[in-house]
Amino acid sequence: MANLQLNINGRDIAIDADPAMPLLWAIRDYVGLTGTKFGCGMAQCGACTVHIDGEATRSCIFPVSSAVGKKVLTIEGLSEDGTHPLQKAWIEHQVPQCGYCQSGQIMSAAALLASNPNPTDQDIDEKMAGNICRCGTYGRIREAIKTAAKSNA
Amino acid sequence: MTQSTKIFSRRDFIKVAGMTGSVLALGFAIGCEGKKEGVLTSLASFDPATAKEFTPFILIDSKGTILIYNHKPEMGQGTFQSMPLIVAEELGVTLDQVVVQNTVVDKRFGNMSVGGSYSVRGSWKQLREAGAAARQMLIEAAAAQWKVNATECDTQDGKVIHTASGKSATFGELVTAAAQLPVPKEVKLRDPSTFRVIGKSVRRPDIINKVNGTAQFGIDVKLPGMLYASIERSPVFHGKVKSFDDSETRKVPGVKFVQVVERNVGLNKAYGVAVLADNYFAAYQGRLALKVEWDNAGVELTDSDKLYERFRNLTRTEGMVAHKSGDFAKAYAQGAKKVEALYELPFASHAPMEPQNAVAHVTDTSCEVWAPTQVPDEAFDHLVKFTGLPPDSVKMHFTFLGGGFGRRLLDDYISEAAFLSKSVKAPVKVIWTREDDMTIGPFRPGTVSALKASLDAQGNPLALQHKVVAPSIMYSLFGAQDPNHKEDSGAMEGIADSPYEIPNVSHHNIYAETSVPILWWRSVYSATTAFAHECFIDEMAHAAGKDPIDFRLGMINKNTKMKNLLLSLREKSGWDKPLPEGWAKGVAIWQFFAGQAGHVVYVSKQGNGVKVERVVAVIDCGLVVNPDNVKPQVEGGSIMALSAAVKDETTFKNGMTVQKNFNTYRMSRINDSPPVEVHMMPGGSEPEGVGEPGLPPLAPALGNAIFALTGKRHRKLPIDLGAV
Repeated sequence: MANLQLNINGRDIAIDADPAMPLLWAIRDYVGLTGTKFGCGMAQCGACTVHIDGEATRSCIFPVSSAVGKKVLTIEGLSEDGTHPLQKAWIEHQVPQCGYCQSGQIMSAAALLASNPNPTDQDIDEKMAGNICRCGTYGRIREAIKTAAKSNA
Repeated sequence: MTQSTKIFSRRDFIKVAGMTGSVLALGFAIGCEGKKEGVLTSLASFDPATAKEFTPFILIDSKGTILIYNHKPEMGQGTFQSMPLIVAEELGVTLDQVVVQNTVVDKRFGNMSVGGSYSVRGSWKQLREAGAAARQMLIEAAAAQWKVNATECDTQDGKVIHTASGKSATFGELVTAAAQLPVPKEVKLRDPSTFRVIGKSVRRPDIINKVNGTAQFGIDVKLPGMLYASIERSPVFHGKVKSFDDSETRKVPGVKFVQVVERNVGLNKAYGVAVLADNYFAAYQGRLALKVEWDNAGVELTDSDKLYERFRNLTRTEGMVAHKSGDFAKAYAQGAKKVEALYELPFASHAPMEPQNAVAHVTDTSCEVWAPTQVPDEAFDHLVKFTGLPPDSVKMHFTFLGGGFGRRLLDDYISEAAFLSKSVKAPVKVIWTREDDMTIGPFRPGTVSALKASLDAQGNPLALQHKVVAPSIMYSLFGAQDPNHKEDSGAMEGIADSPYEIPNVSHHNIYAETSVPILWWRSVYSATTAFAHECFIDEMAHAAGKDPIDFRLGMINKNTKMKNLLLSLREKSGWDKPLPEGWAKGVAIWQFFAGQAGHVVYVSKQGNGVKVERVVAVIDCGLVVNPDNVKPQVEGGSIMALSAAVKDETTFKNGMTVQKNFNTYRMSRINDSPPVEVHMMPGGSEPEGVGEPGLPPLAPALGNAIFALTGKRHRKLPIDLGAV
């Protein structure tokens, strides 16, 4: 066990946890933010995607101790009130079905737009291929990313 | 249209449903004018203290805020919207005027399970009656106050109106008087031609919470003092715990208990060793440190190669005749052209994105459970039986489901949580790993199809035989109860009752024994058998030298629904238009228990492989309740079916599952997913199934397109699109 100082969604939070614990479980079980999801535990599905210092990161294989001194952003911190352009576009296109993978999808898309404000289909394929959606909402995800990119322009 | 019908009786519902004190009080006022989009309005806007019940589905408080209970678990198929929408239509409100909340299990709601593409069509009458009953009570109260005839009044936008006098009153103003009236024994339903919200595009209320991280899934439920459980299970199907050494496990900080746990799989029992800790990671670390010795005595060590060899051999037997007309043997012998083929379809994992999980709190006097389940009512019955408690002491909550696809029609993971909570006398959350989900199953059963057909010299079909070799889902789950009926009639759905009129037919269901745990998978047997049947129809069309759509149309006369669907598919897909260079197209249609749909798939040549360029789907789901729910279901169903056609496959070696996680059980990703165009047949008078019909025709349409492009007939799934 170790006392770990985290910064999540702009807030400093101290937790007492196993330093080897994946950041995912620290966020969910210790900090109590459950929007970040467990899907595979081996960085294959993207449901656990968060930003660490702005980089899209699979939190299921990222040790919580490595997050110390870095800024962690989860879906709950993406916007104050759910009005990030991607969240608005996700609602406009009615993207989610079951919704379980969508926090990860949106966080991956947010990292994509931050580095590439006007992505092509190929850019979207490349950066979003790490996020699985079993409901098959991919077509709507693609359209929503394009809508969000336009609204940012 | 006026329908009269009997209505259920009323009791004090608030007490039963427990509005307060529930950790899962999910309620939203949605899309409200003047409110920022994305803002969650909690149940605080609804005042249970002043609320009156107008049927179990509807509560109205003194301010006129309406709460509608959703009794069907939301797993992406849209019940959280479509159920209350039907109530709202009859009541005379729009969805943005109501708070929607998932109910706990209560027998007054009737069937609360979600499966078989049945929620809307199965609840249609019940929900309309509920809304109409409340409407009539409010109208009667208003008519009495205004001293006018109730038949001259109507409801609209949360008000009762009397057009002749111009009088109107809000539901809130009428609620006290109206709630004192008896619930009408008979109700009049609205004329569907006057529907205001049904048939229109209405946004789904749960989506706001699914884009900001606040939607609560089963895995998100947390209770004070709750322990987390991770369970080691036999890597070989049906292995039992012989012994275990937990000395290393108990050294992991946070681990509290280690013990054998039971899991109820239908009527069968399975076993594992559970590690319970005060956080999930500790439980999982403790599990990794366990040393378990398994007892595999007498257990079949399934191997896919041997399994399919046995399935293929079974095609030489006759099995049970599911459908017979004319004289197949004679007509087959007399045919001028003959076609024969064997198709092999794989087992598959459901792999919903949310791994199985459940939270249970069982004490000596109470039992409360939260879980993502497709069968909350069945789970409730099982909990009553397991705990021996009176039903009033058992409370079953369903959360949002991170996908279902049939996997959560089994409450095995709930039985584990209840078992553990009762044993350790604490609230327990069981979380499966992805490997647990993918290796333990139960799985979609694989099938083998043997088909034979003959045609006359002009290419007209004379005879068709389809033998389906299939394990029995019903026997696998419930065989202990009824050992005499092994065949599962579901294996012949869509085949025995095919729309194609062929004079001499003989279709057989051959039971194939397997010890692999199996279960219903979205579209069930049709997920595999439709590929065999509809590709073989294409083989017949090719032998006849006819266009695949013309050939099919030539065999459909009586079934106008399927004929019209195929004609629409021809038009919407641009079937008769010239193709771009290097492209080809394929078609398939399917009608079964869940409904009916068809696909045209366009493919292009890419080196040694093919690319899926375009998918066009037509569904006939009768009356469309919300087009913006039907379309996504068919889009997603098409992508899931494509994934199953070109990626998913579960195989077995030495009694164990080979594919353990998404690195080896590959599924379609965004870069594999073509655009899907969805069209709905107009003009239905009653709703029909939506969730599953979009799957079965996709794979055969793809297989037929690949044949048209390359001349190679694929008779096995998955197809490797990179090397066809």
